[in-house]
Amino acid sequence: MLVAVLAGFVLACFVPRLSLLVGPHIGWCLALLPAALFTYFAGFLPEIVQGHNQVIDYPWIPSLGISLNFLVDGLSLMFALLITGIGTFILIYAGAYLKGHKDIHKLLMYLLAFMAAMLGLVLSSNLIALFVFWELTSITSYLLIGFNHEHDPARKAALQGLLVTVGGGLALMAGLLLLGVIGGSFELHELLPRGDALQASPLFMAMMVLVLAGTFTKSAQTPFHFWLPNAMAAPTPVSAYLHSATMVKAGVYLMARLQPVMAGNEAWTLTLTLIGALTMLVGGVMAVCSTDLKRILAFSTVMALGTLTMLIGIGTPGALLAAMVFLLAHALYKGALFMAAGTLDHSTGTKDVHDLGGLRGLMPQTAFFVGLAALALAGVPPLFGFIAKELMFEAALQAGALSGLLLVMAMLTAVCIVAAAALVAIKPFMGELKPTPKTPHEAPFAMRLGFSVLALGGLLLGLVPGLAEPLLRAAVRAIGGHPVAPLELALWHGFNLPLLFSGLALVAGVWLYRDWDRWREPLAGLIRPLAYGPERGYERMMEALVRLADWQTRVLQNGYMTHYILTILVTTIGLLAYTLVSRDAFIYSLSFEGVRFYEVVVSLLMLVAVVYASATHLRLGSVAAIGALGFAMALIYVFFSAPDLAITQVLVETLTVILLVLVLFRLPGFQDLSSPWIRWRDALVAGAFGVLITLLVLTVNQSSLGGGISRFLVENSYVAAHGRNIVNVILVDFRALDTLGEIFVLALAAIGVNAMIRLRAEEQP
Amino acid sequence: MSTDSSLILQTATRFLVPLLLLFSVFLLLRGHNEPGGGFIAGLVASSAFALHLFAFDAGSTRKLMGVESQLIMGMGLLLALASGMVGMLLHGQPFLSSQWWSLTLPGIGDLDLSTPLLFDIGVYLVVIGVVSTIVLSLAKAEE
Repeated sequence: MLVAVLAGFVLACFVPRLSLLVGPHIGWCLALLPAALFTYFAGFLPEIVQGHNQVIDYPWIPSLGISLNFLVDGLSLMFALLITGIGTFILIYAGAYLKGHKDIHKLLMYLLAFMAAMLGLVLSSNLIALFVFWELTSITSYLLIGFNHEHDPARKAALQGLLVTVGGGLALMAGLLLLGVIGGSFELHELLPRGDALQASPLFMAMMVLVLAGTFTKSAQTPFHFWLPNAMAAPTPVSAYLHSATMVKAGVYLMARLQPVMAGNEAWTLTLTLIGALTMLVGGVMAVCSTDLKRILAFSTVMALGTLTMLIGIGTPGALLAAMVFLLAHALYKGALFMAAGTLDHSTGTKDVHDLGGLRGLMPQTAFFVGLAALALAGVPPLFGFIAKELMFEAALQAGALSGLLLVMAMLTAVCIVAAAALVAIKPFMGELKPTPKTPHEAPFAMRLGFSVLALGGLLLGLVPGLAEPLLRAAVRAIGGHPVAPLELALWHGFNLPLLFSGLALVAGVWLYRDWDRWREPLAGLIRPLAYGPERGYERMMEALVRLADWQTRVLQNGYMTHYILTILVTTIGLLAYTLVSRDAFIYSLSFEGVRFYEVVVSLLMLVAVVYASATHLRLGSVAAIGALGFAMALIYVFFSAPDLAITQVLVETLTVILLVLVLFRLPGFQDLSSPWIRWRDALVAGAFGVLITLLVLTVNQSSLGGGISRFLVENSYVAAHGRNIVNVILVDFRALDTLGEIFVLALAAIGVNAMIRLRAEEQP
Repeated sequence: MSTDSSLILQTATRFLVPLLLLFSVFLLLRGHNEPGGGFIAGLVASSAFALHLFAFDAGSTRKLMGVESQLIMGMGLLLALASGMVGMLLHGQPFLSSQWWSLTLPGIGDLDLSTPLLFDIGVYLVVIGVVSTIVLSLAKAEE
């Protein structure tokens, strides 16, 4: 299992090598991995259908109680099969779609890594591991959306997606930690049966809100839906995979996963139902108002995510069944539609429905399968999408007090989606042939394979829904937390309300499509505040952030050395003085007993040197004075028998003088730039700092820390570290990690100096 | 800094640089028991190079060093890091745990080798690399 989950990451590392080896067939080669994984996961089916959930343990960081435990039940297995199954076709498709692109190996690499992260996410039983995989999907999706990184909108969209999902991810982390703390375990399979105990906790509400913040951002619920359509800047294989079948469903997965814990809580039900329904409506209306093929599909995905959230929120067994059926149907037809849209774009050079038309003769196969998938999107019998829509209406009917409201919203959405499906399926293929940037031609086999199989899958499951029934039942059981009776999935349920709604939606949808040109603008105007308001809020926030950063850089990092030193000194003085005064810590006794004559002389020497260095107008003079100060200090080290320090001090002084001499000749002549007031201020700060440090040293001398550390070092230096020079033993053995850090800092400083001088040198000539 | 500096300085430098470098190695090796160590030894070695730079010019100092100063710096960092890994890889001990080996050389006596020594050599190389990088780039800017 561990191998299965991590294989994607490992293979991703070898993609660049492989792509050199097998050349244009790279897509096919890589697709072997998800195909093999699909078979592997399919092997779990018999067990899971029987109701035997499996937990597979791997210790990871046992000291922190974090493990890589995997939970295989109906829900996670269904997701795993979708991820690997669709992943197979996506890799084949991507290999053909980006054939000859210079960065194709990068895209395939990211796709594989993303697939592995997604698998880890749906299979993890440990909350921490789940969160790690969750963040990995965000990061890989950032790389994927920003694949065309030379393209400004792509970069912007990638950043937007990242900030929104990772921001939500932070909330999710807090939520999951709370969940683990309340429940007393970080293992999902232990937490899930403890729903009642969890809901009784006073922290339950906070936990729920935080978790929802994570899932809503990830699954693009209103008001966070704006990042998803923008993410369409990614190459089509990415959109097809991440934004239809998998990543955005991670949020839905987590909500479904936690449903047993949350079930019955009114706030949970209400939030999910209402936000889900709202998202559904916004997505539906925006889909029909768009003209770009990929945006239409993206908004219809927002619609689907809203529907799923709403259904999980309603939470009746019927609604949960509807959610799972809808999820499966959506993954099939949306994957197919995205790939087909990419194929259209690839073959014609445009994906605006205004510019496409009459392609049915030139791309007959694409036209056929797009029609099939679009019928499923619209919910027309005998496709699987129809069953999903029927069940959705039925679930809305059972929603209790809210059912009236939900039905109206579902109806409106269904009408819009029917029209959107018609837009996608009819506009590009019927009517007059329109001139396009490229001469249209049928796409290569590798690009048609994916959407053909997925669209046919939708048809097959519609005709024989019993095929998917065992898996769906296992998934519903996993969400509901209790066994369910065999499901009745059929195209024909007799004459009932859902059928009436479906029929009405179809008729109204077709009518809306016919008058699309007239309705598009007013509809878009109606929904605009909801659709674009949140995005504007996001942009405002980003602008404010940039302004804040700009302001603080101007104030704190203005490039003047004097300002930096002044800031550091004043802060230190403030903090030190506050601590010393508030703790009443000034304890010192001055006694001049035992002071030798030469010590006094050296001290006086230092004093003279300091005064001269700060008063003189000669640069060389002040350098020499500071040098004298350093050598006097070295003498003091010698007096107190610290030869290592003395040697170091002498050497450093020497080198400092060398460095100063090298720099000195380049400086302009001495000038008075500061006003007397500034000089007095600086003198005051410097004086205060000196006085404070003196007091501090005196105080420190008085208080004893017991000498524990230095005694330990003296005693163990030779015994444990085989060295008599304690200073050096400390440097290279006892505190070697500190030294390691310091030499890295030194190296960084040298690189910095080198870079700075080189930059200057390049600018000047 | 230029070839027209005094003949006395140049001649003295020719004798002093090898002596200083030898002295720096001496300081490096004795550091564990007597005053010395990688940091001090590195400073001495780099002052030797600085002296050479003053007597001649940046180009000939670079030639004297043989390799890029940044390379010395990087090698030192790698050596220090690697010395910390030895204990990890051999005995599964924490990073930077010191390892000791005692060799008996016929005619000379016992020789103790250790990872702290490797670490110290790493520090030595880093210090040489850092100081000469800075000094050389400043001198280059001068020209």
